[in-house]
Amino acid sequence: MSEPLEINVWPGSYGAAAKPRMGFFTDTSICIGCKACEVACKEWNQIPASPQQGFTGHSYDNTVDLGADTWRHVAFIEQRKPVGLDSAGGSLVDAAALHQLIDETGLGTYQEGDGLRWLMASDVCKHCTNAACLEVCPTGALFRTEFDTVVVQEDVCNGCGYCVPACPFGVLDQREEDGRVWKCTLCYDRLKDDKEPACAQACPTNSIQFGELTDLRERADRRLNKLTEAGAEHAQLYLAGDEDGIGGAGAFFLLLDEPEVYGLPPDPVDTTDDLGSIWGAAGIAAAALAGGLLAAFARGRP
Amino acid sequence: MGSNMAEQHPVGFQWVIEAKERGARVMHVDPRFTRTSAMADLHAPIRPGTDIAFLGGVINYILQGQREFGDYVRHYTNARVIIKPEFRDTEDLDGIFSGFVPEDRAYMVSSWGYAGTDGELTAGKKEQTGDVSGDASHGAHGMKLERGDPPEEDWTLQDPNCVFQILKRHYARYTPELVEQITGVKRERFLEIAETLCANSGRERTGAICYAVGWTHHTTGVQIIRAASIVQLLLGNIGRPGGGILALRGHANIQGSTDIPTLYDILPGYIPMPHPDSEDDFDRFVELNGPDTGAWGDLKSYAASMLKAWWGDAATPANGFAYHYLPRVDGDHSHYPMMLRMLDRKTTGFIVMGQNPVVGSANSKLQRRALANLDWLVVRDTVEIETAAFWYDSPDIESGEMRTEEIGTEVFFLPAAAHTEKDGSFTNTQRLLQWHFKAVEPREDCRSELWFAYHLGRRIRAKLASSIDPKDRPILDLTWDYPTRGPHEEPDAEAVLQEINGRHADGSFVSRYQELRDDGSTTCGSWIHAGVYADGVNQAARKKPHTEQNWIAPNWGWAWPGNRHILYNRASADPDGRPWSQRKRYVWWSEEEGRWHSLGDAPDFEPDKAPGYQPPEGAKGMEAIKGSSPFILHPDGLGWLYAAQGLVDGPLPTHYEPQESPVRNRLYGQQANPTRQEFHRPENPYNPSAGQPGAEVFPFVLGTYRLTEHHTAGGMSRTVAHLAELQPELFCEVSPQLAAERGLEHGGWATIVSSRAAIEARVMVTERVVPLRVDDRIVHQVGLPYHWGRKGLVTGDSANELLPLVLDKNVHISEYKVSTCDIRPGRRPRGPALARFVADYRRRAGLEPS
Amino acid sequence: MSRSDSAAAQVREYREEPRSYYGQPVVKEPVWSWEIPWYFFTGGLGGASAGLAYLAERTGNEPLARRAWLIALAGVTVSPALLISDLGVPRRFSNMLRMVKITSPMSIGSWILVISGTTTVISAVHATTGLLPRLARLAKPAAALAGLPLSTYTAALISQTAVPIWHEARRELPLVFASGAAASAGAAATALTPTRHAGPARRLAVLGALGELAAVQLMEKRLGGLADPYHREGVERYTRAARVLTALGAVAIAGPARRDRRAAVAGGALVLAGAVCERWSVFKAGALSARDPAYTVGPQRERIRTRRGRGASRRGTPDAASRPL
Ligand SMILES: Nc1nc2c(c(=O)[nH]1)N[C@H]1C(S)=C(S)[C@@H](COP(=O)(O)OP(=O)(O)OC[C@H]3O[C@@H](n4cnc5c(=O)[nH]c(N)nc54)[C@H](O)[C@@H]3O)O[C@H]1N2
Ligand SMILES: Nc1nc2c(c(=O)[nH]1)N[C@H]1C(S)=C(S)[C@@H](COP(=O)(O)OP(=O)(O)OC[C@H]3O[C@@H](n4cnc5c(=O)[nH]c(N)nc54)[C@H](O)[C@@H]3O)O[C@H]1N2
Ligand code: SF4
Ligand code: SF4
Ligand code: SF4
Ligand code: SF4
Ligand code: SF4
Ligand SMILES: [Mo]
Repeated sequence: MSEPLEINVWPGSYGAAAKPRMGFFTDTSICIGCKACEVACKEWNQIPASPQQGFTGHSYDNTVDLGADTWRHVAFIEQRKPVGLDSAGGSLVDAAALHQLIDETGLGTYQEGDGLRWLMASDVCKHCTNAACLEVCPTGALFRTEFDTVVVQEDVCNGCGYCVPACPFGVLDQREEDGRVWKCTLCYDRLKDDKEPACAQACPTNSIQFGELTDLRERADRRLNKLTEAGAEHAQLYLAGDEDGIGGAGAFFLLLDEPEVYGLPPDPVDTTDDLGSIWGAAGIAAAALAGGLLAAFARGRP
Repeated sequence: MGSNMAEQHPVGFQWVIEAKERGARVMHVDPRFTRTSAMADLHAPIRPGTDIAFLGGVINYILQGQREFGDYVRHYTNARVIIKPEFRDTEDLDGIFSGFVPEDRAYMVSSWGYAGTDGELTAGKKEQTGDVSGDASHGAHGMKLERGDPPEEDWTLQDPNCVFQILKRHYARYTPELVEQITGVKRERFLEIAETLCANSGRERTGAICYAVGWTHHTTGVQIIRAASIVQLLLGNIGRPGGGILALRGHANIQGSTDIPTLYDILPGYIPMPHPDSEDDFDRFVELNGPDTGAWGDLKSYAASMLKAWWGDAATPANGFAYHYLPRVDGDHSHYPMMLRMLDRKTTGFIVMGQNPVVGSANSKLQRRALANLDWLVVRDTVEIETAAFWYDSPDIESGEMRTEEIGTEVFFLPAAAHTEKDGSFTNTQRLLQWHFKAVEPREDCRSELWFAYHLGRRIRAKLASSIDPKDRPILDLTWDYPTRGPHEEPDAEAVLQEINGRHADGSFVSRYQELRDDGSTTCGSWIHAGVYADGVNQAARKKPHTEQNWIAPNWGWAWPGNRHILYNRASADPDGRPWSQRKRYVWWSEEEGRWHSLGDAPDFEPDKAPGYQPPEGAKGMEAIKGSSPFILHPDGLGWLYAAQGLVDGPLPTHYEPQESPVRNRLYGQQANPTRQEFHRPENPYNPSAGQPGAEVFPFVLGTYRLTEHHTAGGMSRTVAHLAELQPELFCEVSPQLAAERGLEHGGWATIVSSRAAIEARVMVTERVVPLRVDDRIVHQVGLPYHWGRKGLVTGDSANELLPLVLDKNVHISEYKVSTCDIRPGRRPRGPALARFVADYRRRAGLEPS
Repeated sequence: MSRSDSAAAQVREYREEPRSYYGQPVVKEPVWSWEIPWYFFTGGLGGASAGLAYLAERTGNEPLARRAWLIALAGVTVSPALLISDLGVPRRFSNMLRMVKITSPMSIGSWILVISGTTTVISAVHATTGLLPRLARLAKPAAALAGLPLSTYTAALISQTAVPIWHEARRELPLVFASGAAASAGAAATALTPTRHAGPARRLAVLGALGELAAVQLMEKRLGGLADPYHREGVERYTRAARVLTALGAVAIAGPARRDRRAAVAGGALVLAGAVCERWSVFKAGALSARDPAYTVGPQRERIRTRRGRGASRRGTPDAASRPL
């Protein structure tokens, strides 16, 4: 419904200085889970590491999620291929029964490798068109660059933490030691020097493709067609268009399964979508309070 | 197969992804479902150590179905060669070839030879073993042929004693059923792989096999690779674009460190290290080690040029180019026997540069005991690694089995400069040298290896300067005069590269190895590298982008020898020199111009030798190689389906079980490789194998491997916060079934035990590890990455505590990839209880008196 | 249990719920610490008290007015202190005033806080000392007015997040906060003002308390299944306490407190405690709903299924979005 309420919207806000919108197409179907992107990002941006956090048991993922100290995060999902869940119609109970059957017939101890799928996906800030984080930021620390990306200015951020729960993707987080929030800058510093972001450059398989968003979307469409032809059932482009609750994203993904399997929201919305009703409700409540106050005085004057 | 390429060679793996995008079918045969399997079209879980059975099955599939590339096989391989009638196969002798000498656990190889050659091929005994096999893949030294011709051949391939028929008989029993019973790979899956290989070979198509240490880390490692060579030769996949067997090598420059070796038994360019039996006679050395025919026929030029490079004016034709200055190899001085000599106090000093044996070498406790018996130990590394700290921080100190006060070793830790802090070259898996430039100055006292070696040599020479002792001459006569630069007097690495390249008498640079002479008029530090500094240009430093040259990219870096990117590429054309097919054309003969053309690579053949060329009587060296024989390093110019020599454990790969296996060898009475190097001593007990009493105490197969997130013994990754956090703890991978059987909890702890030690690891229950049905039983595997130790930002027990010391006799590599163990829930005992715990296991297995 | 049974059970057990990533949250829970629910409370208390004070003054109830101004003063001075304490570095608060941003309730709130703070301080100074009469004439109505949004903007603030049960309750939360503010302002004044002068305060407290109970009820009803976090472990006790305390306090104020000062103090304290608990209940339940991916993914799927939501822009599997959970 409502257009973003920023008065001056990119690219107009930059006038002649505006650059084409830059972004990422992360093609998870060719991600080998090497985490080079994660490490390159941390190296380039001098992000602290936490080797002591310990073993999570989440397959090969020990950094858990995106946050103040992880701006690229590689997810690992071990799955059975159609043999399992999907053919059982999505019910865990059926799937378990099916697995038991497989076990009993001896199959279970015998090359289930074929029924396996190991999804790997490198997640990052989506650089939303309507970025809730930016819109709720009271200080203007979060701003939109000439490349239509969303960046935190660390000297302006006051650590109010508002953007943290505002992001529909759980991207931003506070760094405990300094209280401010941090996230992917889409390597604003490198972009300004006409350089590719560190993560994309490090990616050996080109799973992370960086470029002008319009090009990337075309490329992604072609890739999707190819995969679909090859029979990839749940392959889908996630956030590749403008027609959703965040008005499109600068970083979008080719996923091989539903978004929530990767920890991504199926229907992300920019919370300012509801700005009108929220302010409206607050106004009504304030009026009700006024009413209540008046009512308290309405009867019997002392 | 035998490689986890996506994880261990992620940068190279981009080309696999690209090939896949272009329609290649990617298949992965690995005990575990790895990140490589995740990217493959097909994954087949295989029982560790059974690849020969699998590949033997493929060979049998090819031969039974007549799927071989007939013309290629007849012309380019030794399929047609007749073998001596006295040769006996493992099929006749229940798992042993003819010539076995049980007392020596070695073969007399004379019966393996080509019919009509004389019988003096006596490889397989003592030092000679190391010599003939060495680490080198050429392995051709010594075979004497007239004109490069095998004396007896049958071009119809029908003679029962020809290689082709021997091969057929040898693998006849390797049926899909047997493959399934031995390897655990379901037969349909096996057949799918075999058929895919066949269907993608021939004139129009090629297939490649990639391997790494999943193959080499076995007591049968060399023979596994041989088996792959047979497959690829039969299918015509060698010397052609898109074909080959790609050895994915280890450390960034491990290829370089075998080319200019850090190995004890070879000299630069795979020239064998002299043995005492050549006495001090250079000509005798050449005679013993070089065949007369093929590229090795010029061994004398290569060796003489090398000696000239080392000893300059002191090396003259008259004194055999100071050949007598070279040390002699009088026995097995590979890593493990060396450690055993330390243990026995026969070796008392040790310099460790860029290695971390306490974590990286099998049987860690034995490694530490050996170090504790030294007088002095020098460790040069970038960080304080476990090997440098063994005397105050180790599991033995923790358990009370060793006490710091009782360790007499004096330990020196010298800080090393990292690769970013020095100039030099890396040689990659493809034999491509790539020069790198120093990015930053090393900090404080950190120095490069080059600096260390050079200045150490300088000081020694200064100390010896006035010596008249003849034994000091080799050191004093060395050409030890590299220019130095900067405040630390860093030797100029390019000057070393120039020495490696070699010069003519007039000082100009040699531009190809064919220019080397045996009369002292050329110098060359490593014949295979001749030309790396051709025209006075550091060819390895060329960095022309692929967009500005053809797809072979000959102007990026420099590949030895002679910048040839595909070896034996003459085989990409048919015997008459025409491409096998337009689609797969690469090198071909132009009749008009009388020379070989190529798509952009350097032909790995004499540039103007016509396909029809027949060697004249008495021809030697390259002259003796036919115009239709592409395998120029071999004296007969042929690809060897059958290796008459060069290997110590047989001319044909044969399935043996690993040293420690829960399974009996289904093919032969002979359980394991009869020539494997065992070390029976109290510090190195072996778990009983199937059929031996006590085998049930260690019922599971243990495999060790790597993770992308760490590097080898961890000194380079556990010390780096951004890497350490990615895999912070040692974990073991087990199947849900094994977890259920042993009560292991995902995320909890497990104790893993062998007769050597017990360690603890976090538990990763995953369907990526499957129990395999082998014969009629289930074999469970326990998987362990081996990167952890007690130093660094993240620490943990080392997998190598568990492993035994047992080696492939060909190359003295340890069987890291498979042994047996037990696993139970919970953490391991601490303190003295740990030793008692392991001893109890040994008692139960009958390895220790109760 | 046979071996294959237990193996299958293990498989089932360790295989993660397939519709989430190892149960990891999809959205981040707020990083705010204990100061923030207290801030919600003090803001509401201060804001509504200003209104109470102003009306009391206008109706000539000086004793009530003076006390209410002081309570308002306490509210609006503790509030920024709490906020600044949450920021960690005090100087950083000034960045809040770099801009006025309608899309950021926190930005608007900061300005409201500044306005209401300044005007309330002036009003309170005047009410107690008689100083600044000219300023106070303007300040007092301003403070009363600013107090209204001060009491409710915090609800807008938390609704304007991706925290599922806050965002989904965006229509009701302001009512909860407004009535809570009324209840606390009334309760505080009831407790501090002689019974005789405390009539409006008592009525405000009772009205507020009833309103609060009703608003919470409404909110839970509208949330449906999503209201569950209010009754999960760790939150339930605040939710329950808020209701019990508020109800008991309201009864005390409506009854004995009319005559008995001690009952007034007790009733006031109960209602205040109830309001505090209510804020904590909202705060904790919100965090919990953010932590558990089911509360994020479930409603989103539901939105897509019922076509109330557009769903993430997706291509490739048009039917995927409508597949059952
Ligand atoms: N990130 C990273 N990269 C590395 C290294 C590193 O430590 N970290 N090390 C470098 C070095 S030194 C080396 S040598 C290479 C090694 O590279 P790889 O050989 O790829 O490394 P590994 O993980 O040791 O073993 C590979 C695979 O062999 C499988 N395997 C085990 N036994 C068998 C068997 O009997 N048959 C078959 N078919 N497969 C088997 C294991 O399951 C494992 O997945 O990697 C190099 N690259
Ligand atoms: N169980 C088990 N054991 C194995 C294997 C296995 O798969 N399983 N794999 C085996 C294989 S293939 C290998 S290659 C070995 C590796 O085992 P090692 O070679 O023993 O271990 P690395 O950690 O590679 O040791 C290299 C050291 O060199 C240091 N270094 C790096 N650069 C420099 C430099 O420029 N100068 C100097 N002086 N030092 C430097 C690093 O800090 C590091 O400590 O492990 C073997 N051990
Ligand atoms: S993904 Fe989150 S942090 Fe990134 S721009 Fe969108 S709302 Fe902001
Ligand atoms: S924490 Fe920083 S970036 Fe986030 S909303 Fe507050 S001021 Fe803006
Ligand atoms: S674009 Fe830059 S900041 Fe963003 S994830 Fe990549 S490397 Fe990190
Ligand atoms: S660098 Fe590329 S391939 Fe590696 S984990 Fe990141 S996205 Fe995947
Ligand atoms: S670590 Fe170096 S050598 Fe190994 S894959 Fe990466 S770039 Fe290549
Ligand atoms: Mo290696």
